[in-house]
Amino acid sequence: MKIHVHTRVNGEATEFLCAPDRSLLEILRDELQLTGTKEGCSTGDCGACSVMLDGRLVCSCLVLAPEVEGRSIETIEGVAKGDQIHVLQRKFLEHAALQCGICTPGFIIAAKALLERNPDPSEEETRYWLAGNLCRCTGYDKIIHAVLDAAADLRGETR
Amino acid sequence: MSDKPKGDQPASDRKWKYIGTRPIRHDGLDKVTGRAQFGADYALPGMLWGKVLRSPHAHARIRGIDVSAALALDGVKAVITGRDFPDVASEAAEGGEGANDFGDLAMNVIAREKALYHGHAVAAVAATTAKIAEEACKRIVVDYEVLKPVLSLDAALAANAPILHESARATGHEPLPKGPSNVASRREMGRGDIAKGFSDADVVVEREFRTPMVHQGYIEPHAVLARTGQDGRSVVWCCTQGAFMVRAYSAKVLGLSTDMIKVIPTEIGGGFGGKTTVYGEPLAILLSRKAGRPVKFVMSREEVFRASGPTSGTHIRVKMGATRDGKLTAAEAVLYYEAGAFKGSPVGAAMMTVFAPYKLANVRIEGWDVVLNKPKVAAYRAPGAPMAALVVETVMDELAEKLGLDPIDLRLENAVHEGVQATYGPKFRAIGFVETLRAAKSHPHYKAPLGVNQGRGVACGFWFNAGMSSSANVSINEDGSAVVVTGNPDIGGSRASLALMAAEELGIPVENVRPVVADTEAIGYTDLTGGSRVTFATGMAVIEAARDVVRQLRARAAQIWSVELDAVAWEDGRALLLSEAPGVHEPLSLAQLAGRAAQTGGPLVGRAALNARGAGPGFATHLCDVEVDRETGAVTVLRYTAVQDAGKAIHPSYVEGQYQGGVAQGIGWALNEEYIFDENGAMENAGFLDYRMPVASDLPMIDTVIVEVPNPMHPYGVRGVGETPIVPPLAAVANAVQRAARVKLSELPISPPRLLEAIDRAV
Amino acid sequence: MEEVRYESPTTIARAAQLLAEPGARVLAGGTDLIVQMRTGRKTPSVFVDVKRIPELAGIRLDAKALWLGAAVPAALVVENAEVNRLFPGLVEAVDLIGSTQIQGRASVGGNLCNSSPAADTVPALIAIGAVCLIAGPKGERRVPVESFNSAPGKNVLAAGELLVGFEIPRPAARTADAYLRFIPRTEMDIAVVGAGVSVTLDASGVCTHARVALGAVAPTAILVPAAVAALVGSRGEEAALARAAAASSEAARPIDDKRGTIVYRRKVSGVLTKRAAAAAFERARGARRG
Repeated sequence: MKIHVHTRVNGEATEFLCAPDRSLLEILRDELQLTGTKEGCSTGDCGACSVMLDGRLVCSCLVLAPEVEGRSIETIEGVAKGDQIHVLQRKFLEHAALQCGICTPGFIIAAKALLERNPDPSEEETRYWLAGNLCRCTGYDKIIHAVLDAAADLRGETR
Repeated sequence: MSDKPKGDQPASDRKWKYIGTRPIRHDGLDKVTGRAQFGADYALPGMLWGKVLRSPHAHARIRGIDVSAALALDGVKAVITGRDFPDVASEAAEGGEGANDFGDLAMNVIAREKALYHGHAVAAVAATTAKIAEEACKRIVVDYEVLKPVLSLDAALAANAPILHESARATGHEPLPKGPSNVASRREMGRGDIAKGFSDADVVVEREFRTPMVHQGYIEPHAVLARTGQDGRSVVWCCTQGAFMVRAYSAKVLGLSTDMIKVIPTEIGGGFGGKTTVYGEPLAILLSRKAGRPVKFVMSREEVFRASGPTSGTHIRVKMGATRDGKLTAAEAVLYYEAGAFKGSPVGAAMMTVFAPYKLANVRIEGWDVVLNKPKVAAYRAPGAPMAALVVETVMDELAEKLGLDPIDLRLENAVHEGVQATYGPKFRAIGFVETLRAAKSHPHYKAPLGVNQGRGVACGFWFNAGMSSSANVSINEDGSAVVVTGNPDIGGSRASLALMAAEELGIPVENVRPVVADTEAIGYTDLTGGSRVTFATGMAVIEAARDVVRQLRARAAQIWSVELDAVAWEDGRALLLSEAPGVHEPLSLAQLAGRAAQTGGPLVGRAALNARGAGPGFATHLCDVEVDRETGAVTVLRYTAVQDAGKAIHPSYVEGQYQGGVAQGIGWALNEEYIFDENGAMENAGFLDYRMPVASDLPMIDTVIVEVPNPMHPYGVRGVGETPIVPPLAAVANAVQRAARVKLSELPISPPRLLEAIDRAV
Repeated sequence: MEEVRYESPTTIARAAQLLAEPGARVLAGGTDLIVQMRTGRKTPSVFVDVKRIPELAGIRLDAKALWLGAAVPAALVVENAEVNRLFPGLVEAVDLIGSTQIQGRASVGGNLCNSSPAADTVPALIAIGAVCLIAGPKGERRVPVESFNSAPGKNVLAAGELLVGFEIPRPAARTADAYLRFIPRTEMDIAVVGAGVSVTLDASGVCTHARVALGAVAPTAILVPAAVAALVGSRGEEAALARAAAASSEAARPIDDKRGTIVYRRKVSGVLTKRAAAAAFERARGARRG
C-alpha cells in the first residue's frame, strides 16, 4: 500500500505517493526529480544526500519517506534564491572547492547548516562538522577555505 | 609577424594574458546549485531498472543457471546471463588505461564458465522497479561448484595453488612456470652490472613492503542508462572517463559494430582511473535490446567496492647501494602485483617508474603479474607507481640516515635531470625534479621545529603522463564569443583549462569561451580522460584548433582589407594590419569579424585532431609531519607540503587541487585504507564506514608549491599534473612515522594496531 | 514480495500493540535500522515510528534524576546545557555517534537497542548508573543499562515491549564522568574500544565511588569492578590510574575483527580507562555541586 505524504520542499507544498520503505532520497530523486541531492552510499557514510529536515541536517538516505509527513525539507535546489546564489555557493566557485562536484551539494547544505548555527567556526570545528561529508577529489583544503571565507563574508568581514 | 603569431615562442618567454589566472569554472554554477546531471541523474519514459546478480563465491565453476523463476515474476522484462553474450577472443584493448584484454574484459563484465571473485556478475535483470529487479535476482538459481579461492600472492604462487585460468600460460622472461599457473607474466629489465654496483657501495639497504588492495573511492557509483531502438542502435548515458572507450569496449563485448552505439558522457563524480573500463554498460545495453525499453543501472556502494576495479595489493623488495658520499651505485627491485581475477596489473608501469627519479648505472628490476580471486584491478592514479615509490623512498630515507646525510641532499645528489638516460629507457628532456627538491628544501616547512613523538618524512615521486589522441573544435559565434568542443569528460576542472587556452589564443576573455564536452557522434575520436593527459594533449588540440580559426580570422581581415594574409597579425582579440600606419585600417575585433563571417566566406570553425607526443614527465617532492600516539598507535598528520613541477599551470587553483587531492588519497592509502577479505574471499569492509577514506577532520591544510619548468614539447609548456601527486605520499607518511615512532615498517596500512605492534616490538 | 507498513503511533500503548506484530521494528532515528534493511540484514514488515510519542521525545530534569527519552536525537542531547553540565561524559559519547547528519537523527535509545557491543553511549550510560524504563503489554519495568543487552544484536526486550527512555540519577557532589573511544580516523568510525568512567570525590579529593565500563571488548559493554577498586581510595594519581588500566586490560574479552585485534583492544582498553579516569577526576575536582 502506498502512502500519501504531504510535505514542504524548498518552501513549496509538495505531495507524493510512496511505498513505506522508500527513503526520502529516493523520493527526492526519482519521484520529485530533485536530482541535485546525490547518492554516494545509501548508508549514511558519505553525506552526498544531505538535506535539511525541519532545520536539522540529515542524510536523506536514512529517512523513510513517510516520516516527512507534515515536515519541511530544504535541498540544494532551494539554496539559491532566484538569481542570487548563496555566499557559500559563490565561495565554493571562487575557491575552486570542487573538482568533480558530486559531493558539492551535500557539502553546501552541511556548511550552510553550520554557518546558521555558528557564524564564526574555527577550522577545527568546520572540519569536524563536515566530517560526515566525504570528498575524494580535493583533500578538503579548498572546501574548508571556502566555508571559512563564506563565514567571514556573512559576518561582514573580509579575509 | 608570421603565419603562426606567438605560437612558436618558447613558453617561458611568453607574456600570458589569461593562462595562469583563476577564473570561475564554466560548469561551476551548475555544480553548486545541483543542476549538473551526473550518471544516476538521467531518466527516460518507460525506463526499467537493472540489477546484477553477483557470485557469492570467490572461486566457483558455474554448472548451470536457471532464470525461469525470475522471468516469471510480474514486472520482469528481461534476464541475461553469460550465455547471451558472444565469445570474445583474447586481444589487447587499446584506448583504455593499463593493460586490458578484450577476452578478459568480456568475462569480467559477466562470468561464463567460472566466477572468479566474490561479486563477479553472473546474471542481470531489468524490471519495472528496482525492488522487483532485486527480487528477481534472488529467484535466479545458479548451480555452483565451489572451488578453493586464491586470496594472497603467496597462495597464488604456491606450488599446489588452485589455478584460476587453466588454459593460460605465463608470458615474459624465463624462468617462467611450466604449465598452468597463476603467473600471468614475469618480466625483467635493467642495465649495467648489478653485482659490481653493490660491491662498490659503502652502504646497502634492503627493505620489503606488503601493501593491500585499495580502491579509487570516487563518491559517485557507476551509473548507466541505455536505450535501444527498433533498429538496434543504442544510446548510452553514463559517467565514464571516456565515452569513446565505453563505445569501443561495449561494442567489443556485445559483438556490435561501433556505429550501433552512441555514448553521451554525463558529468562524472570522480574516477581516478576507476572509470576507464566498462562494467554495467554492456549489461544495460543488452538488457535494453532484449526488453525494448530503456534500462538504468546504478551500482550500490557495496557493488562498487566488490566489483569495480581497485588497484593491486603488492609485495615489493628493493635493495639500493650508495657510496659514503651519497652516490647511488646500484638498485634492484622485485615487484609482485596482484592483477585480480584477470591478468593486467600495473606492474609494468611500476617497473618503469620505480627508479625513474634517480641516476643509476646498475639496475635490475623484476616484475610479476599474478592473478587471484579478487576483483580485477583497474587503473588508479599513477597506476602501480605509489607502492613502488613507497619502498624506494623508504630505502632512500634509510640510506640517508645511515650515511648521515640530509634526505633531500641525498636525493639531490642522485636526481635525474635533462639529458640523463631514464632507467626506463629514454633520455629526459627538460624536467623539474631538481627544482622541486630545492623548493622543498628552502620551504619554511622543512625548517620548522618538531615536537615530541613527531617526525618529518620526505619522499619523491614520478609519473610519465600520457599524450594520445584528441580532437577539438573551436567555433566563433556570431557575436565573437566562442565554443570549444572536446571529447573528454571533465573530471576536475578541465573545461576551465581548455577554455583558458582557447581564450589565450583568441585574445578574448575566458568567460566568453564556452567549453563543451561532446558525445561520441559530435566530436572526433578522443582517448579517455586519464594519464593526466587532458590539459596536455586535448589542450594541445584546442590550441591548434584555436590557431586554425585565428588563421581564418586573419584571412577574413586580409580579404576585407585586400591585403596579403602575412600582412595581418592577431593580437588581443583583434586583427591588425602590420604594414601600414595605424588609422588607415582600424583593427577589426573578433566580434566585428564574426559579424561579417557570412559575407566573408561563412562560419568560422577551427579544427584539430592529433596524437599528442611528448608528454612531459612530472616529478614531485613531498614533506609530511606526523605525530604518533605511542600508547594507541594513532598517527596524526600535522602538516603537509606538496611541491611539483606543473610545466605551466594553466589554472593554478585546479593544479593545486590535483596536488591536494592526490595527497589526501595517498595519506588514506598509507594510514587506513585496505580491502579486508574473509577466508572465503568476501570483502568484509565493502562500505565507507569500514573502508576508511580520510574525512575532513583527519587532514590538515595541504600546502602546495607549483614549480614551473616548461615541457618543451607543449606549446604552453604544460605537463600533466593529475597523477604524480599520489606517488610520494605513501612514503612521505611512512618515513615520517618511522622517524616519529623510531620503528621500521614493512606493511601498509600503518593502522593503529599495526603501528602499536611495531612500537612495542622496537622497545 | 511482502508488503511493508509504516505506523507512527502517538501513545506507548498503541506502539506496544504494533510491536507485538511479527516483523515489527521500532524506527527512531533509523540510522541503524534503515542501513540494516538496505543491506538485507533486517527485513522489517512494520516500521513503528516512535518519534511522535511524547514520553520518548523529551528531556526532563527534576530534583532526583534526568529523564532522557529513548528517541531524542543525539543533537538535542548535545545541545542541552543541563545535560552538558551534569553529564559531560555522556555528552561526549552521544557526540561521537556518527556525523553531524547522523546526530540529527540517531537516538541514545536506538544506540542501546541496536545492541552493538561497540555502541558509544552504552559504557557512558553504565558509568553514570542509567536505568532503562521499558513499557510493554504487561506494564512497565526497569532494567539497569548494563543488564539490557545480552549478546551482539540481542537484548531483553520481549515482543510488544519498547524502550521508553532512561532515568539517570542526578550526580552527587564532586561527581563527574568522562567517555573516550578509540577509532582509526577522527570521525565516522565504530569504536575499536570505548571507556566510560564516573568518579565521586570527597571534600579532600579522594575517590569514594566510581564506575568503569568498557565497550567493544566483549559481547556486551561490561563493568570493570577491578578498575573501580583501583580508583576508589585514590586521588587519581598515576599509580592508581595505571592499576585501573591494568584491570581494564585484564577484564577485556575482545575478538579479532576488521576493526581491531585482541592484543590491541586489550592494550587500548587500559589506555582509555586511564585517560578517561584522569579526565573524570579532573572534572570532579572542578565540579562544585551535582
